[in-house]
Amino acid sequence: MKNNILNIKNSIHSNRRWALIAAYSSLIIFVIFFLFPPYYMLITSLKTNKEIAEMASNPWIIEQGITLKHYVYLFTETPFLTFFKNTIIVTVCVVIITMVISVLAAYSLSRLKFWGSGVLATGIFLTYLVPETLLFIPLFKIVGWLGLLNSYWVLVLVYPTLSVPFCTWLMIGYFSSIPKEIDEAALIDGANHMQMLWKVFIPVAMPGLIAATIFAFTVSWAGFLYPLAFIYSESEMVLTVGTVTTLIKGDVFNWGSLMSGALLAAAPPVIIYAFLMDYYIAGLTSGATKG
Amino acid sequence: MKCSSLYLWLRQKPRIAFFMCLPLILMVVCLIIYPFIYSIFLSMLNKAETKFVGIGNYLFLFKRETFWLVVQQSIFFALVAVFFKALIGFIAAHSINAIPSKGQRKWRGMLLIPWVIPPALSTLGWWWLFEPTYSAINWFLVKISLPAIPWLSETFWARFSIILVNVWVGAPFFLIMYLAALKSIPADLYEAASIDGANYRQKLYYITLPMMKNIISITILFSIIVTFANFDIVRVLTRGGPIDTTHLFATYAFRVGIESGDIPLGAAVSLFMFPILGTLAFIILRSVRKRAMEV
Repeated sequence: MKNNILNIKNSIHSNRRWALIAAYSSLIIFVIFFLFPPYYMLITSLKTNKEIAEMASNPWIIEQGITLKHYVYLFTETPFLTFFKNTIIVTVCVVIITMVISVLAAYSLSRLKFWGSGVLATGIFLTYLVPETLLFIPLFKIVGWLGLLNSYWVLVLVYPTLSVPFCTWLMIGYFSSIPKEIDEAALIDGANHMQMLWKVFIPVAMPGLIAATIFAFTVSWAGFLYPLAFIYSESEMVLTVGTVTTLIKGDVFNWGSLMSGALLAAAPPVIIYAFLMDYYIAGLTSGATKG
Repeated sequence: MKCSSLYLWLRQKPRIAFFMCLPLILMVVCLIIYPFIYSIFLSMLNKAETKFVGIGNYLFLFKRETFWLVVQQSIFFALVAVFFKALIGFIAAHSINAIPSKGQRKWRGMLLIPWVIPPALSTLGWWWLFEPTYSAINWFLVKISLPAIPWLSETFWARFSIILVNVWVGAPFFLIMYLAALKSIPADLYEAASIDGANYRQKLYYITLPMMKNIISITILFSIIVTFANFDIVRVLTRGGPIDTTHLFATYAFRVGIESGDIPLGAAVSLFMFPILGTLAFIILRSVRKRAMEV
């Protein structure tokens, strides 16, 4: 009997060790697969043009010294800073609009039932499943009538259609989890809806609010199809489209600055995720695991 | 006094509630529902948008070989890419869950990087890796005595590359979802199974997979929608080439509608996504409706 238990214990132990070895080896393979492209972008952006053009040397390491020439070129010879400025303006506006629309709607849908609110909640989820690629052609015509074609303000108008549905859905989940006793207490103290939303719901649901903000930020920062379809002038372009279209003009690709542009344009989301990843993942997965 | 004001407040409740939803309703009606209906109308006009041609654009598409190529490629691309994303995501989530929890955050952070970079920009990096003369991947292949691969210039390899990049971008999303699901499985289930002498495979089949069934199916359905409607990767990597063999619905609609200026035909192409997306959305909705009902 005793022997038997010992055997089981031993086998659990050795199983654990093998599981650990297997886990670490697969993680190492995945890290290599997931990180070699950004790594290669980084070292290309730091190489001299001469070394980039050399066919014989090992492309995976820098042999002839590091240069920041590509980054300097990006800031002095290209409209990269304009793209950056436009992207920041668009993103800030989109995040503010998204949060106002979705927090108001989520409060209303999670607490104040009205005729058709159930249908609306389902409808919001459906709109979240509408991809941007389904509607860009009619939107092209519509923003043309509005005179917004070829201006980055068009993005402030259309990006919320991609960000609001998910943010509303997320906030409904967070607001619904706030105990009803809290609003009853606030109600008896004479708080109106705005006070209740501002002083009770928003502070309590802060993690959800952060997750929704990051989502809206991501949608706006990474958007590619809408700016590509609606904007033509370099002075109005945002980072994604500006980097992809204007930096590769001409016959000779300037790979160094192309890669440095892509990395700098990707830096803000990467930095934000590095600090706020836990909030975002909690928000993202709560919607799915609860369902 | 207090009672009557409370009564008044309650009576106003539906009105206030409606006003708080109004911005959202306006946005959905003006920028989602209206464009969709307008898109159907638009797809029935001729190229100059002067004449109503009914289903003429659709019939025209049916007769074109390129269009059927797009249909095939979109479906093939979505299914294969989602399969590998789900597989890699599952293995990676499992591996992270198996190591001591102290190091989990660090590994997860590293594996999420592809998902954090805007896809249009990371695809630029891949494009440079696939570049015909300087391809750093080919340099490595040649070094280990394998033939260099024409990544983007031959149909098979171009399709392969697009799936590869899509899997690279999308697998971390599955990783997050699966990791959250794995964490929600009670640990005593595994302990009980170990005591009963279950091996690793038995635990996987009889505990992990049944417990994760819901999240796996929702994540896969959701990812099929996103992958099927993908635009960025194909646009940056191949622009639909070589000879239109890597086009998806979205890139083909962009080519026809925006670049060639036949807006009605482009609208018709992207509307073809709707039946498939609608079916998938319906299935997802059925499993999520429970939560909407609670609301």
